[in-house]
Amino acid sequence: MIEVKDVYFSYQNGVEALKGVSLTIKDGEFVAIMGQNGAGKTTLVKHFNGLLKPAKGQVLIDGVDTTKRSIAELSKDVGFVFQNPDSQLFSETVEDEIAFALKNFGYETEVIEKRITWALNLLNLTQYRKTSPFMLSGGERKRVALASILAWDPKTLILDEPTIGQDYEQKEKLRQFIMQMRTQQKTIIAVTHDVEFVAECNPRVLLMREGKVIADGIATRILTDPEILTQASIVPPQIAQIFLELPGLNLQKDIIDVYEAARILQNILEKRGR
Amino acid sequence: MAIIETHNLSYTYPGATKQSISGVSIKIEQGEFTLITGPSGCGKTTICRCFNGLIPHFYQGEMTGSIIVADKKVSENPIHELAKHVGLVFQNPENQLFALSVEKDVAFGLENLGVPRKEIREKVDWALKLAGIYELRERPPHELSGGQQQRVAIASVLAMQPRIIVLDEPTSFLDPLSAKKIFEVIRELNRNLGITVVLVEHRLDLTAKYTDHIIIMENGKVMLDGDPHQILQSEEARLVGVGIPKATHLYRILKHEGIQLGDTVPLSSEDMAKLLKEALRTR
Repeated sequence: MIEVKDVYFSYQNGVEALKGVSLTIKDGEFVAIMGQNGAGKTTLVKHFNGLLKPAKGQVLIDGVDTTKRSIAELSKDVGFVFQNPDSQLFSETVEDEIAFALKNFGYETEVIEKRITWALNLLNLTQYRKTSPFMLSGGERKRVALASILAWDPKTLILDEPTIGQDYEQKEKLRQFIMQMRTQQKTIIAVTHDVEFVAECNPRVLLMREGKVIADGIATRILTDPEILTQASIVPPQIAQIFLELPGLNLQKDIIDVYEAARILQNILEKRGR
Repeated sequence: MAIIETHNLSYTYPGATKQSISGVSIKIEQGEFTLITGPSGCGKTTICRCFNGLIPHFYQGEMTGSIIVADKKVSENPIHELAKHVGLVFQNPENQLFALSVEKDVAFGLENLGVPRKEIREKVDWALKLAGIYELRERPPHELSGGQQQRVAIASVLAMQPRIIVLDEPTSFLDPLSAKKIFEVIRELNRNLGITVVLVEHRLDLTAKYTDHIIIMENGKVMLDGDPHQILQSEEARLVGVGIPKATHLYRILKHEGIQLGDTVPLSSEDMAKLLKEALRTR
Protein backbone atom coordinates (compact mmCIF):
# COMPACT_ATOMS: atom_id res chain seq x y z
CA MET A 1 0.00 0.00 0.00
CA ILE A 2 1.17 3.51 -0.83
CA GLU A 3 0.13 6.33 1.49
CA VAL A 4 0.89 9.94 0.63
CA LYS A 5 0.18 12.37 3.46
CA ASP A 6 0.09 16.09 2.72
CA VAL A 7 3.30 16.05 0.68
CA TYR A 8 5.08 19.20 -0.47
CA PHE A 9 8.11 19.26 -2.73
CA SER A 10 10.17 22.03 -4.38
CA TYR A 11 13.06 21.69 -6.81
CA GLN A 12 16.32 23.53 -6.22
CA ASN A 13 15.43 26.11 -8.87
CA GLY A 14 12.49 27.14 -6.65
CA VAL A 15 9.72 25.47 -8.67
CA GLU A 16 7.06 24.20 -6.24
CA ALA A 17 6.13 20.88 -7.84
CA LEU A 18 3.86 19.41 -5.16
CA LYS A 19 1.64 21.53 -2.93
CA GLY A 20 -0.07 19.31 -0.40
CA VAL A 21 -0.85 15.97 -2.04
CA SER A 22 -2.66 13.27 -0.06
CA LEU A 23 -3.80 9.91 -1.41
CA THR A 24 -3.80 6.18 -0.79
CA ILE A 25 -3.17 3.46 -3.38
CA LYS A 26 -4.10 -0.06 -2.29
CA ASP A 27 -2.35 -3.25 -3.39
CA GLY A 28 -3.58 -4.50 -6.74
CA GLU A 29 -4.99 -1.15 -7.85
CA PHE A 30 -4.46 0.28 -11.33
CA VAL A 31 -4.13 4.04 -11.22
CA ALA A 32 -3.61 6.45 -14.10
CA ILE A 33 -2.15 9.82 -13.18
CA MET A 34 -3.03 12.46 -15.74
CA GLY A 35 -2.78 16.22 -16.13
CA GLN A 36 -1.04 19.13 -17.76
CA ASN A 37 2.68 19.16 -18.53
CA GLY A 38 4.42 20.35 -15.39
CA ALA A 39 1.49 19.51 -13.09
CA GLY A 40 3.73 17.41 -10.83
CA LYS A 41 2.83 13.90 -12.04
CA THR A 42 6.38 12.60 -12.46
CA THR A 43 7.51 14.37 -9.29
CA LEU A 44 4.76 12.59 -7.37
CA VAL A 45 5.58 9.10 -8.62
CA LYS A 46 9.30 9.63 -8.00
CA HIS A 47 8.31 9.81 -4.32
CA PHE A 48 6.96 6.24 -4.49
CA ASN A 49 10.35 4.59 -4.95
CA GLY A 50 12.30 7.12 -2.90
CA LEU A 51 13.97 8.87 -5.86
CA LEU A 52 12.61 12.02 -4.24
CA LYS A 53 11.82 12.55 -0.57
CA PRO A 54 9.12 15.00 0.57
CA ALA A 55 10.15 18.42 1.85
CA LYS A 56 7.07 18.31 4.06
CA GLY A 57 4.60 15.50 4.73
CA GLN A 58 5.14 11.76 4.50
CA VAL A 59 5.18 8.91 1.99
CA LEU A 60 4.65 5.42 3.42
CA ILE A 61 5.24 2.24 1.41
CA ASP A 62 3.62 -0.70 3.18
CA GLY A 63 3.62 1.36 6.34
CA VAL A 64 7.31 2.33 6.21
CA ASP A 65 8.39 5.94 5.70
CA THR A 66 10.45 6.33 2.48
CA THR A 67 12.96 8.52 4.33
CA LYS A 68 13.84 5.45 6.43
CA ARG A 69 14.75 3.22 3.46
CA SER A 70 17.38 3.42 0.70
CA ILE A 71 16.44 3.77 -2.97
CA ALA A 72 18.03 0.36 -3.61
CA GLU A 73 15.76 -1.31 -1.06
CA LEU A 74 12.68 0.54 -2.21
CA SER A 75 13.25 -0.16 -5.88
CA LYS A 76 13.13 -3.88 -5.29
CA ASP A 77 9.49 -3.39 -4.30
CA VAL A 78 8.66 -0.45 -6.52
CA GLY A 79 9.94 -0.67 -10.11
CA PHE A 80 10.14 2.57 -12.08
CA VAL A 81 10.07 2.55 -15.87
CA PHE A 82 11.19 5.95 -17.14
CA GLN A 83 9.50 8.06 -19.79
CA ASN A 84 12.59 8.14 -21.96
CA PRO A 85 14.14 4.67 -22.23
CA ASP A 86 17.52 6.20 -23.03
CA SER A 87 17.82 7.47 -19.46
CA GLN A 88 17.71 3.86 -18.36
CA LEU A 89 19.48 1.74 -20.99
CA PHE A 90 23.24 1.34 -21.15
CA SER A 91 24.14 -2.32 -21.81
CA GLU A 92 25.58 -3.79 -24.98
CA THR A 93 22.82 -6.31 -25.52
CA VAL A 94 19.17 -6.50 -24.56
CA GLU A 95 19.94 -9.64 -22.57
CA ASP A 96 22.68 -7.89 -20.53
CA GLU A 97 20.35 -4.99 -19.89
CA ILE A 98 17.77 -7.27 -18.30
CA ALA A 99 20.39 -9.29 -16.42
CA PHE A 100 22.01 -6.25 -14.84
CA ALA A 101 19.63 -5.56 -11.96
CA LEU A 102 19.02 -9.27 -11.39
CA LYS A 103 22.76 -9.78 -10.86
CA ASN A 104 22.83 -6.81 -8.51
CA PHE A 105 20.01 -8.26 -6.49
CA GLY A 106 22.11 -11.44 -6.20
CA TYR A 107 19.92 -13.94 -8.05
CA GLU A 108 21.46 -17.22 -9.21
CA THR A 109 22.48 -17.61 -12.87
CA GLU A 110 19.76 -20.14 -13.53
CA VAL A 111 17.04 -17.89 -12.13
CA ILE A 112 18.41 -14.94 -14.09
CA GLU A 113 18.33 -16.98 -17.30
CA LYS A 114 14.70 -17.99 -16.69
CA ARG A 115 13.59 -14.48 -15.84
CA ILE A 116 15.26 -13.03 -18.94
CA THR A 117 13.53 -15.55 -21.19
CA TRP A 118 10.21 -14.87 -19.47
CA ALA A 119 10.48 -11.07 -19.73
CA LEU A 120 11.64 -11.14 -23.38
CA ASN A 121 8.78 -13.40 -24.32
CA LEU A 122 6.20 -11.33 -22.46
CA LEU A 123 7.22 -8.14 -24.24
CA ASN A 124 7.73 -9.66 -27.65
CA LEU A 125 11.49 -9.04 -27.68
CA THR A 126 12.90 -12.56 -27.97
CA GLN A 127 14.30 -11.92 -31.44
CA TYR A 128 16.37 -9.01 -30.09
CA ARG A 129 18.00 -10.91 -27.23
CA LYS A 130 21.55 -10.41 -28.57
CA THR A 131 20.91 -7.02 -30.19
CA SER A 132 22.19 -3.69 -28.87
CA PRO A 133 19.28 -1.71 -27.37
CA PHE A 134 20.50 1.30 -29.31
CA MET A 135 19.89 -0.43 -32.65
CA LEU A 136 16.20 -0.73 -31.82
CA SER A 137 13.35 1.69 -32.56
CA GLY A 138 12.04 4.08 -29.89
CA GLY A 139 9.04 1.87 -29.18
CA GLU A 140 11.20 -1.25 -28.91
CA ARG A 141 13.71 0.41 -26.56
CA LYS A 142 10.77 1.35 -24.38
CA ARG A 143 9.80 -2.30 -24.13
CA VAL A 144 13.38 -3.29 -23.25
CA ALA A 145 13.30 -0.78 -20.38
CA LEU A 146 10.04 -2.30 -19.17
CA ALA A 147 11.37 -5.86 -19.50
CA SER A 148 14.46 -5.03 -17.45
CA ILE A 149 12.30 -3.86 -14.54
CA LEU A 150 9.67 -6.58 -14.80
CA ALA A 151 12.36 -9.23 -14.65
CA TRP A 152 12.92 -8.69 -10.93
CA ASP A 153 9.21 -8.89 -10.27
CA PRO A 154 8.53 -5.77 -8.19
CA LYS A 155 5.26 -5.58 -6.28
CA THR A 156 4.46 -2.14 -7.65
CA LEU A 157 5.18 -0.98 -11.16
CA ILE A 158 5.37 2.69 -12.09
CA LEU A 159 5.11 3.38 -15.80
CA ASP A 160 5.95 6.90 -16.93
CA GLU A 161 4.22 7.47 -20.28
CA PRO A 162 4.19 3.79 -21.28
CA THR A 163 2.30 4.21 -24.58
CA ILE A 164 4.57 6.79 -26.23
CA GLY A 165 5.86 5.43 -29.54
CA GLN A 166 3.85 2.22 -29.19
CA ASP A 167 1.64 1.15 -32.06
CA TYR A 168 -1.92 -0.06 -31.73
CA GLU A 169 -1.01 -3.69 -31.33
CA GLN A 170 1.69 -3.03 -28.73
CA LYS A 171 -0.73 -0.85 -26.77
CA GLU A 172 -3.27 -3.63 -26.79
CA LYS A 173 -0.56 -5.98 -25.51
CA LEU A 174 0.39 -3.48 -22.83
CA ARG A 175 -3.24 -3.31 -21.76
CA GLN A 176 -3.49 -7.09 -21.54
CA PHE A 177 -0.19 -7.18 -19.70
CA ILE A 178 -1.45 -4.68 -17.11
CA MET A 179 -4.63 -6.70 -16.64
CA GLN A 180 -2.54 -9.83 -16.15
CA MET A 181 -0.35 -8.07 -13.57
CA ARG A 182 -3.47 -7.05 -11.70
CA THR A 183 -4.64 -10.64 -11.38
CA GLN A 184 -1.35 -11.21 -9.54
CA GLN A 185 -2.23 -8.40 -7.11
CA LYS A 186 0.44 -6.10 -8.54
CA THR A 187 -0.10 -2.40 -8.19
CA ILE A 188 0.22 -0.52 -11.48
CA ILE A 189 0.66 3.24 -11.58
CA ALA A 190 0.83 4.86 -15.00
CA VAL A 191 1.59 8.50 -15.70
CA THR A 192 0.03 9.15 -19.08
CA HIS A 193 -1.43 11.65 -21.52
CA ASP A 194 -3.01 8.91 -23.58
CA VAL A 195 -6.74 9.41 -22.96
CA GLU A 196 -7.82 6.75 -25.44
CA PHE A 197 -5.59 4.18 -23.74
CA VAL A 198 -6.99 5.14 -20.33
CA ALA A 199 -10.53 4.93 -21.73
CA GLU A 200 -9.84 1.38 -22.91
CA CYS A 201 -8.41 0.28 -19.54
CA ASN A 202 -10.89 2.12 -17.29
CA PRO A 203 -8.62 2.47 -14.25
CA ARG A 204 -8.88 4.83 -11.28
CA VAL A 205 -7.81 8.26 -12.54
CA LEU A 206 -6.01 10.93 -10.53
CA LEU A 207 -6.06 14.33 -12.23
CA MET A 208 -3.33 16.77 -11.29
CA ARG A 209 -3.00 20.47 -11.81
CA GLU A 210 -0.32 22.81 -10.48
CA GLY A 211 1.03 20.43 -7.86
CA LYS A 212 -2.34 19.29 -6.53
CA VAL A 213 -4.74 16.42 -7.11
CA ILE A 214 -7.95 17.99 -8.43
CA ALA A 215 -10.00 14.85 -9.10
CA ASP A 216 -9.87 11.20 -8.13
CA GLY A 217 -12.26 8.53 -9.38
CA ILE A 218 -13.01 5.82 -11.92
CA ALA A 219 -12.16 6.72 -15.55
CA THR A 220 -15.79 6.49 -16.75
CA ARG A 221 -16.66 9.33 -14.36
CA ILE A 222 -13.54 11.52 -14.66
CA LEU A 223 -13.09 11.24 -18.44
CA THR A 224 -16.70 12.25 -19.08
CA ASP A 225 -16.53 15.46 -17.02
CA PRO A 226 -15.46 18.13 -19.52
CA GLU A 227 -15.08 20.91 -16.95
CA ILE A 228 -12.64 19.10 -14.71
CA LEU A 229 -10.76 17.73 -17.76
CA THR A 230 -10.24 21.20 -19.20
CA GLN A 231 -8.69 22.30 -15.91
CA ALA A 232 -6.21 19.45 -16.27
CA SER A 233 -5.53 20.24 -19.95
CA ILE A 234 -7.11 17.00 -21.11
CA VAL A 235 -9.44 16.41 -24.04
CA PRO A 236 -12.19 13.82 -23.41
CA PRO A 237 -11.84 10.52 -25.31
CA GLN A 238 -13.66 10.46 -28.67
CA ILE A 239 -16.58 8.34 -27.50
CA ALA A 240 -17.20 10.67 -24.53
CA GLN A 241 -16.98 13.67 -26.89
CA ILE A 242 -19.61 12.19 -29.18
CA PHE A 243 -22.03 11.69 -26.28
CA LEU A 244 -21.29 15.16 -24.91
CA GLU A 245 -22.22 16.63 -28.28
CA LEU A 246 -25.60 14.89 -28.31
CA PRO A 247 -27.34 16.63 -25.43
CA GLY A 248 -31.15 16.90 -25.81
CA LEU A 249 -31.24 13.11 -26.05
CA ASN A 250 -31.09 12.33 -22.37
CA LEU A 251 -28.28 9.92 -23.09
CA GLN A 252 -26.20 8.48 -20.33
CA LYS A 253 -23.04 10.55 -20.21
CA ASP A 254 -20.54 8.23 -18.58
CA ILE A 255 -19.76 6.29 -21.76
CA ILE A 256 -16.16 5.89 -22.90
CA ASP A 257 -16.24 2.40 -24.41
CA VAL A 258 -16.90 2.06 -28.15
CA TYR A 259 -18.90 -1.19 -27.88
CA GLU A 260 -21.11 0.12 -25.11
CA ALA A 261 -21.65 3.30 -27.13
CA ALA A 262 -22.63 1.22 -30.17
CA ARG A 263 -25.16 -0.82 -28.14
CA ILE A 264 -26.84 2.29 -26.74
CA LEU A 265 -27.00 4.08 -30.08
CA GLN A 266 -28.25 1.00 -31.89
CA ASN A 267 -31.04 0.71 -29.38
CA ILE A 268 -32.13 4.31 -29.75
CA LEU A 269 -31.85 4.38 -33.53
CA GLU A 270 -33.71 1.12 -34.02
CA LYS A 271 -36.56 2.20 -31.72
CA ARG A 272 -36.92 5.42 -33.67
CA GLY A 273 -36.71 3.59 -36.95
CA ARG A 274 -39.74 1.50 -36.15
CA MET B 1 2.36 18.86 -58.47
CA ALA B 2 4.25 16.28 -56.45
CA ILE B 3 6.74 17.81 -54.00
CA ILE B 4 7.96 14.41 -52.78
CA GLU B 5 8.12 11.48 -55.13
CA THR B 6 9.79 8.13 -54.61
CA HIS B 7 10.08 5.37 -57.12
CA ASN B 8 10.84 1.82 -56.03
CA LEU B 9 12.85 3.17 -53.09
CA SER B 10 14.64 0.62 -50.89
CA TYR B 11 17.14 1.12 -48.12
CA THR B 12 19.24 -1.05 -45.81
CA TYR B 13 21.02 0.40 -42.75
CA PRO B 14 24.76 -0.34 -42.53
CA GLY B 15 25.30 -3.72 -40.92
CA ALA B 16 21.63 -4.68 -41.18
CA THR B 17 20.64 -7.81 -43.08
CA LYS B 18 17.11 -6.73 -43.91
CA GLN B 19 15.81 -3.78 -45.88
CA SER B 20 14.10 -1.20 -43.66
CA ILE B 21 12.04 0.03 -46.57
CA SER B 22 11.57 -1.91 -49.77
CA GLY B 23 10.13 -0.88 -53.10
CA VAL B 24 8.36 2.22 -51.82
CA SER B 25 6.70 4.30 -54.53
CA ILE B 26 4.73 7.24 -53.17
CA LYS B 27 3.72 10.70 -54.31
CA ILE B 28 3.02 13.58 -51.94
CA GLU B 29 1.46 16.64 -53.54
CA GLN B 30 2.48 20.19 -52.73
CA GLY B 31 0.32 21.62 -49.92
CA GLU B 32 -0.99 18.25 -48.77
CA PHE B 33 -1.25 17.14 -45.15
CA THR B 34 -0.07 13.53 -45.25
CA LEU B 35 -0.13 11.04 -42.40
CA ILE B 36 2.23 8.07 -42.44
CA THR B 37 1.37 5.30 -40.00
CA GLY B 38 1.82 1.59 -39.37
CA PRO B 39 3.13 -0.81 -36.73
CA SER B 40 6.42 -0.19 -34.89
CA GLY B 41 9.41 -0.95 -37.09
CA CYS B 42 7.39 -0.64 -40.32
CA GLY B 43 9.82 1.88 -41.81
CA LYS B 44 8.01 5.16 -41.06
CA THR B 45 10.96 6.87 -39.43
CA THR B 46 13.33 5.53 -42.08
CA ILE B 47 11.34 7.02 -44.93
CA CYS B 48 11.26 10.40 -43.13
CA ARG B 49 15.04 10.31 -42.93
CA CYS B 50 15.12 9.95 -46.73
CA PHE B 51 13.04 13.12 -47.17
CA ASN B 52 15.81 15.43 -45.94
CA GLY B 53 18.78 13.35 -47.04
CA LEU B 54 19.83 12.02 -43.63
CA ILE B 55 19.52 8.80 -45.58
CA PRO B 56 21.77 8.14 -47.45
CA HIS B 57 24.21 11.00 -46.64
CA PHE B 58 24.43 10.65 -42.84
CA TYR B 59 23.35 7.05 -42.20
CA GLN B 60 25.03 5.71 -45.35
CA GLY B 61 23.93 2.10 -45.93
CA GLU B 62 22.49 0.99 -49.26
CA MET B 63 19.81 2.93 -51.09
CA THR B 64 18.30 1.92 -54.42
CA GLY B 65 15.49 3.40 -56.49
CA SER B 66 14.90 7.14 -56.66
CA ILE B 67 13.61 9.94 -54.49
CA ILE B 68 13.00 13.53 -55.52
CA VAL B 69 12.16 16.17 -52.91
CA ALA B 70 11.35 19.77 -53.87
CA ASP B 71 12.64 19.12 -57.40
CA LYS B 72 15.97 17.85 -56.08
CA LYS B 73 17.38 14.36 -56.30
CA VAL B 74 18.12 13.45 -52.69
CA SER B 75 21.07 11.26 -53.64
CA GLU B 76 22.76 14.16 -55.46
CA ASN B 77 22.07 16.99 -52.97
CA PRO B 78 23.74 17.41 -49.59
CA ILE B 79 21.71 17.58 -46.36
CA HIS B 80 22.30 21.32 -45.89
CA GLU B 81 20.84 22.02 -49.33
CA LEU B 82 17.78 19.84 -48.65
CA ALA B 83 17.41 21.36 -45.17
CA LYS B 84 16.42 24.68 -46.75
CA HIS B 85 13.30 22.99 -48.08
CA VAL B 86 12.58 20.24 -45.57
CA GLY B 87 12.33 20.72 -41.80
CA LEU B 88 12.36 17.58 -39.69
CA VAL B 89 11.05 17.32 -36.12
CA PHE B 90 12.34 14.17 -34.46
CA GLN B 91 10.54 11.75 -32.19
CA ASN B 92 12.84 12.48 -29.27
CA PRO B 93 13.43 16.23 -28.87
CA GLU B 94 16.55 15.77 -26.75
CA ASN B 95 18.35 14.58 -29.88
CA GLN B 96 17.67 17.85 -31.59
CA LEU B 97 18.34 20.54 -28.98
CA PHE B 98 21.80 21.70 -27.99
CA ALA B 99 21.98 25.52 -27.62
CA LEU B 100 22.24 27.39 -24.31
CA SER B 101 18.87 29.04 -24.64
CA VAL B 102 15.59 28.26 -26.34
CA GLU B 103 15.78 31.28 -28.64
CA LYS B 104 19.33 30.44 -29.72
CA ASP B 105 18.17 26.95 -30.61
CA VAL B 106 15.30 28.35 -32.62
CA ALA B 107 17.59 30.90 -34.33
CA PHE B 108 20.34 28.41 -35.16
CA GLY B 109 19.11 27.31 -38.57
CA LEU B 110 18.44 30.87 -39.72
CA GLU B 111 21.88 32.04 -38.58
CA ASN B 112 23.44 29.26 -40.60
CA LEU B 113 21.63 30.41 -43.70
CA GLY B 114 22.97 33.96 -43.17
CA VAL B 115 19.57 35.57 -42.71
CA PRO B 116 19.82 39.26 -41.61
CA ARG B 117 19.65 39.81 -37.85
CA LYS B 118 16.39 41.75 -37.79
CA GLU B 119 14.66 39.12 -39.87
CA ILE B 120 15.96 36.37 -37.58
CA ARG B 121 14.50 38.19 -34.55
CA GLU B 122 11.10 38.48 -36.25
CA LYS B 123 10.99 34.89 -37.42
CA VAL B 124 12.19 33.51 -34.09
CA ASP B 125 9.58 35.48 -32.13
CA TRP B 126 6.87 34.41 -34.55
CA ALA B 127 7.81 30.73 -34.20
CA LEU B 128 8.16 30.93 -30.40
CA LYS B 129 4.69 32.45 -30.11
CA LEU B 130 3.11 29.91 -32.45
CA ALA B 131 4.59 27.05 -30.47
CA GLY B 132 3.45 28.67 -27.22
CA ILE B 133 6.92 28.98 -25.66
CA TYR B 134 7.68 32.70 -25.98
CA GLU B 135 7.95 32.96 -22.18
CA LEU B 136 10.57 30.22 -22.13
CA ARG B 137 12.86 31.88 -24.69
CA GLU B 138 15.73 32.54 -22.30
CA ARG B 139 15.64 29.15 -20.55
CA PRO B 140 18.19 26.41 -21.34
CA PRO B 141 16.40 23.71 -23.38
CA HIS B 142 17.87 20.81 -21.40
CA GLU B 143 16.16 22.09 -18.22
CA LEU B 144 12.72 21.95 -19.82
CA SER B 145 10.19 19.12 -19.60
CA GLY B 146 9.82 16.67 -22.48
CA GLY B 147 6.68 18.44 -23.66
CA GLN B 148 8.32 21.86 -23.60
CA GLN B 149 11.34 20.50 -25.48
CA GLN B 150 9.02 19.15 -28.13
CA ARG B 151 7.63 22.65 -28.60
CA VAL B 152 11.16 24.04 -28.95
CA ALA B 153 11.97 21.46 -31.63
CA ILE B 154 8.78 22.39 -33.47
CA ALA B 155 9.53 26.15 -33.18
CA SER B 156 13.07 25.58 -34.56
CA VAL B 157 11.61 24.05 -37.68
CA LEU B 158 8.76 26.57 -38.02
CA ALA B 159 11.23 29.49 -37.87
CA MET B 160 12.86 28.27 -41.08
CA GLN B 161 9.49 28.33 -42.87
CA PRO B 162 10.45 25.40 -45.05
CA ARG B 163 8.26 24.24 -47.95
CA ILE B 164 7.92 20.84 -46.30
CA ILE B 165 7.66 20.01 -42.60
CA VAL B 166 8.17 16.39 -41.57
CA LEU B 167 7.12 15.56 -38.01
CA ASP B 168 7.84 12.20 -36.39
CA GLU B 169 5.40 11.80 -33.45
CA PRO B 170 5.92 15.46 -32.59
CA THR B 171 3.57 15.73 -29.62
CA SER B 172 3.98 12.40 -27.82
CA PHE B 173 5.19 14.07 -24.62
CA LEU B 174 2.54 16.80 -24.62
CA ASP B 175 -0.69 16.78 -22.64
CA PRO B 176 -3.76 16.24 -24.87
CA LEU B 177 -4.90 19.86 -24.96
CA SER B 178 -1.41 21.14 -25.83
CA ALA B 179 -1.06 18.41 -28.47
CA LYS B 180 -4.36 19.44 -29.99
CA LYS B 181 -3.25 23.09 -30.12
CA ILE B 182 0.03 22.15 -31.81
CA PHE B 183 -1.76 20.07 -34.45
CA GLU B 184 -4.13 22.98 -35.05
CA VAL B 185 -1.18 25.35 -35.53
CA ILE B 186 0.39 22.91 -37.98
CA ARG B 187 -2.91 22.58 -39.85
CA GLU B 188 -3.19 26.37 -40.09
CA LEU B 189 0.35 26.69 -41.46
CA ASN B 190 -0.54 24.01 -43.95
CA ARG B 191 -3.76 25.78 -45.00
CA ASN B 192 -2.63 29.40 -44.86
CA LEU B 193 0.96 29.21 -46.02
CA GLY B 194 0.63 26.12 -48.18
CA ILE B 195 3.39 24.29 -46.32
CA THR B 196 3.39 20.59 -47.14
CA VAL B 197 3.09 18.55 -43.95
CA VAL B 198 4.16 14.94 -43.48
CA LEU B 199 3.20 13.59 -40.08
CA VAL B 200 4.21 10.24 -38.63
CA GLU B 201 1.77 9.17 -35.93
CA HIS B 202 0.25 6.14 -34.22
CA ARG B 203 -2.53 8.09 -32.60
CA LEU B 204 -5.09 8.47 -35.36
CA ASP B 205 -7.74 9.55 -32.84
CA LEU B 206 -5.87 12.83 -32.51
CA THR B 207 -4.71 13.35 -36.06
CA ALA B 208 -6.85 11.66 -38.71
CA LYS B 209 -9.19 14.64 -39.02
CA TYR B 210 -6.39 16.96 -40.19
CA THR B 211 -5.21 14.79 -43.05
CA ASP B 212 -5.77 14.85 -46.81
CA HIS B 213 -3.75 11.72 -47.51
CA ILE B 214 -2.87 8.60 -45.51
CA ILE B 215 -0.07 6.14 -46.17
CA ILE B 216 -0.03 2.91 -44.14
CA MET B 217 3.19 0.93 -44.06
CA GLU B 218 4.04 -2.55 -42.83
CA ASN B 219 7.36 -4.40 -42.95
CA GLY B 220 9.00 -1.66 -44.99
CA LYS B 221 6.32 -1.68 -47.68
CA VAL B 222 3.39 0.59 -48.46
CA MET B 223 0.20 -1.36 -47.77
CA LEU B 224 -2.42 1.35 -48.29
CA ASP B 225 -2.13 4.80 -49.82
CA GLY B 226 -4.95 7.25 -50.51
CA ASP B 227 -7.91 9.22 -49.17
CA PRO B 228 -8.26 8.94 -45.35
CA HIS B 229 -12.01 8.28 -45.45
CA GLN B 230 -11.59 5.34 -47.78
CA ILE B 231 -8.46 3.96 -46.17
CA LEU B 232 -9.73 4.01 -42.61
CA GLN B 233 -12.95 2.21 -43.37
CA SER B 234 -11.19 -0.55 -45.27
CA GLU B 235 -10.81 -3.95 -43.68
CA GLU B 236 -7.11 -3.90 -44.57
CA ALA B 237 -6.48 -0.98 -42.21
CA ARG B 238 -7.68 -3.18 -39.37
CA LEU B 239 -5.61 -6.11 -40.51
CA VAL B 240 -2.44 -4.04 -40.59
CA GLY B 241 -3.10 -3.29 -36.92
CA VAL B 242 -3.68 0.43 -37.26
CA GLY B 243 -5.67 1.94 -34.41
CA ILE B 244 -8.45 3.60 -36.37
CA PRO B 245 -10.14 6.55 -34.60
CA LYS B 246 -12.87 5.55 -32.13
CA ALA B 247 -15.41 7.64 -34.03
CA THR B 248 -14.61 5.68 -37.21
CA HIS B 249 -14.77 2.42 -35.26
CA LEU B 250 -18.20 3.30 -33.84
CA TYR B 251 -19.49 4.10 -37.35
CA ARG B 252 -18.22 0.73 -38.58
CA ILE B 253 -19.84 -1.23 -35.74
CA LEU B 254 -23.19 0.45 -36.37
CA LYS B 255 -22.88 -0.16 -40.10
CA HIS B 256 -22.18 -3.80 -39.41
CA GLU B 257 -25.39 -3.89 -37.35
CA GLY B 258 -27.30 -2.53 -40.33
CA ILE B 259 -27.34 1.16 -39.34
CA GLN B 260 -25.90 3.28 -42.13
CA LEU B 261 -25.16 6.85 -41.08
CA GLY B 262 -24.45 8.85 -44.24
CA ASP B 263 -21.93 7.90 -46.89
CA THR B 264 -18.84 9.65 -45.58
CA VAL B 265 -16.93 7.82 -42.87
CA PRO B 266 -16.30 10.11 -39.86
CA LEU B 267 -12.70 10.64 -38.77
CA SER B 268 -13.46 12.73 -35.67
CA SER B 269 -15.99 12.90 -32.85
CA GLU B 270 -17.42 16.13 -34.35
CA ASP B 271 -18.14 14.38 -37.66
CA MET B 272 -19.67 11.37 -35.91
CA ALA B 273 -21.85 13.55 -33.65
CA LYS B 274 -23.09 15.39 -36.75
CA LEU B 275 -24.05 12.12 -38.44
CA LEU B 276 -25.85 10.93 -35.33
CA LYS B 277 -27.76 14.19 -34.91
CA GLU B 278 -28.85 13.96 -38.53
CA ALA B 279 -29.97 10.33 -38.09
CA LEU B 280 -31.88 11.16 -34.90
CA ARG B 281 -33.58 14.13 -36.53
CA THR B 282 -34.79 12.23 -39.58
CA ARG B 283 -35.92 9.02 -37.86
